[in-house]
Amino acid sequence: MPGNLVIKGGLVVDPSQRLEEVRDVFVEGGKIAKKAPEGALVVDAAGCWVVPGLVDMHVHLREPGREADETIASGAAAAAAGGVTTVLAMPNTEPPLDNPSLLSLLRAKAAIDAKVNVLFAAAVSLGQRGAALTEIFRLREAGAAALSDDGRPVMDSGLMRRALEYSRDAGLLLIDHAEDLGLSAAAPMNEGPAAAAKGLRGAPWSAETIHVLRDVALCELTGAGVHIAHISAAQSVAAVRSAKKRGLPISAEAAPHHFALTDGDIEGFDADYKMNPPLRSKADREALLEGLADGTIDAIATDHAPHDGAKKAAGLALAPCGVIGLETSLGLALTLLVAKKVIDKKRLVELMSAGPARLLGLKGKGSLRPGCDGDVTIVDPKARWTVPGSFISKSRNSPFLGMNLKGRAKATIVAGEVVHAL
Amino acid sequence: MGDGSTLEPEGPALQDLSASEIESILDAAASFKKSKTSKALAGRVATLIFSEPSTSTRSSFEIAARRLSAEVLGFSTASSSLLKGETLLDTIWNLEAMGVEYFVVRHEVSGILEELAPRTKASLINAGDGAHEHPTQALLDILTLREKKGALKGLKVVIVGDILHSRVARSNIHGLKKLGAKVTVCGPRALVPSGIESLGAAVSHDLDAALSGADAVNVLRLQLERQKENFVTSLPDYYAAYGVTAERLSKIPGCAVLHPGPMNRGVEIESAAADGPQSAILEQVSNGVLVRMAVLALIEEWRSHAG
Ligand SMILES: [Zn+2]
Repeated sequence: MPGNLVIKGGLVVDPSQRLEEVRDVFVEGGKIAKKAPEGALVVDAAGCWVVPGLVDMHVHLREPGREADETIASGAAAAAAGGVTTVLAMPNTEPPLDNPSLLSLLRAKAAIDAKVNVLFAAAVSLGQRGAALTEIFRLREAGAAALSDDGRPVMDSGLMRRALEYSRDAGLLLIDHAEDLGLSAAAPMNEGPAAAAKGLRGAPWSAETIHVLRDVALCELTGAGVHIAHISAAQSVAAVRSAKKRGLPISAEAAPHHFALTDGDIEGFDADYKMNPPLRSKADREALLEGLADGTIDAIATDHAPHDGAKKAAGLALAPCGVIGLETSLGLALTLLVAKKVIDKKRLVELMSAGPARLLGLKGKGSLRPGCDGDVTIVDPKARWTVPGSFISKSRNSPFLGMNLKGRAKATIVAGEVVHAL
Repeated sequence: MGDGSTLEPEGPALQDLSASEIESILDAAASFKKSKTSKALAGRVATLIFSEPSTSTRSSFEIAARRLSAEVLGFSTASSSLLKGETLLDTIWNLEAMGVEYFVVRHEVSGILEELAPRTKASLINAGDGAHEHPTQALLDILTLREKKGALKGLKVVIVGDILHSRVARSNIHGLKKLGAKVTVCGPRALVPSGIESLGAAVSHDLDAALSGADAVNVLRLQLERQKENFVTSLPDYYAAYGVTAERLSKIPGCAVLHPGPMNRGVEIESAAADGPQSAILEQVSNGVLVRMAVLALIEEWRSHAG
């Protein structure tokens, strides 16, 4: 029977059930089951961790408009290869995803093309121009999973206030790309010694923190949840931590490149180290590690942003922002966070599965409780591998090429179907 | 990098040169003072690609290449067509296929030469990339100071002006530090990038304090459009705080005045300072040709050794 599985002998790590023990996991008809179904395929997970399917709440799949860089199909395949069973695609496509009909079309396409669950965030403002709100209720009816103008910040605080009020009424999470464009001034990297040495303008950390602090104030004003995308600066982490202490419904995600690298790691003028927000200082990186460990940061999300090679060849100053991440995210988290004891494996599962599933209100995801969706990632924590020069993604703009990592997805299962296996 | 007498074909970035390599370029430049011309580049073609207008650097390279008997192909470019690295690379590959071995490149984008150099067999010589480096300018500044002051070691050199956007400042800091000089960069906070002290320069925002005891001051050109971006309040206001004037220089009579040109008289420098007894600005211009001859000749030597 398709969708029937016995995942045998793995260490099941499922914080939703406070579970960390060797046992079998069953999937029947695409859902987690209590006992072994008849005629099930047996998947050997001995020596591996069996965790709820990973949820990456921040990816750019480039469809429609930039299919040379990525498509829903190629991005979903890259996700599967990285152990990710659900992705949230950002709406800064060409044209932007700002209306219910385009959303319906894309959801229909994803249902056919994608190996994993592809969810869509709809734009906050029409055309992502920051002037007029999108039709939030109709977008929800059409299946929007969140709202975001990602790629651009919502610069107008009045518009942001209304967007938060409506996102609360509609029950959709608002995800903000926090950046004051006047302060960042399109600088290609972080302000500091590395930019000074290269002769490039730098964007200060405060460009992000100012908007995080604004969002905290608007969160308090409206009572609506705000989620800070790709948090990168120490002061932003501190702002989120103190807002959480006051009980405000604020959350944040961090990207692997920000917890792995600093602006001092940028090789020459290599544009594969260019993204927005930029790689920041050592102190910022350490603050992210602390925030990941202490619960200030709720999710690890890649900000997977494919660009084909020619665009990145323009160099650090001119190339577009963004790096791919779906195929390296789990390996980096295992190598740099779990192996270095920044976090334990339970916390890893919270950050990469249960946390983002909870933030997006995804029932049946982020947990291996019977009745939940049969989305499972089998992690081989001991597998040593080197990030290769080619990817399942259509693009290869990664700063991690050639890096040695320990741990990766051995198999990825979506609704009981094995969509990736080593 | 080689044994100190030759340069790799990427051409110098001062950040990557050792003190002895810098000295050997300066020595080679000084030797051209006597011998004026040579056949070092006979039969070679040097192409000048400038995506920003610069009469003086361009003329200086052209004269240098001709004195070494190279043929010179001047390249007028619409900056927009070359802004993208790929277009520039295509141009270089085409000319390389026609036998051009030397490209002198000026480009408004920091780091563009580092991106292009590994992708061509020709030698790219940096005539200024964005706010990153302008190696031959720093070399000619340093040669001029060496002639004026003898050794560079222990000299106090102040670089004043728009440090944020200045390739001249960065190359000078690298070169001067390697030769043992003490460097202070001075300008309003808006034009001094945070973290510049990591290159080994002291930072000041008070010109009079910075100039006290200085052996040389290198006055940077202020791009007039900086005012539109609010980097400066007004040009007269800038001049009041950071203009190098004869009055300021009168307190430090031993201080040499350098300027990479072209000057905005009355904005960053007073005419009486630019043309006065402490000015070494015309010597800089003469030394520019010699330094560029030295760089081209040393790279040719490297290329012939490398076969
Ligand atoms: Zn973003």
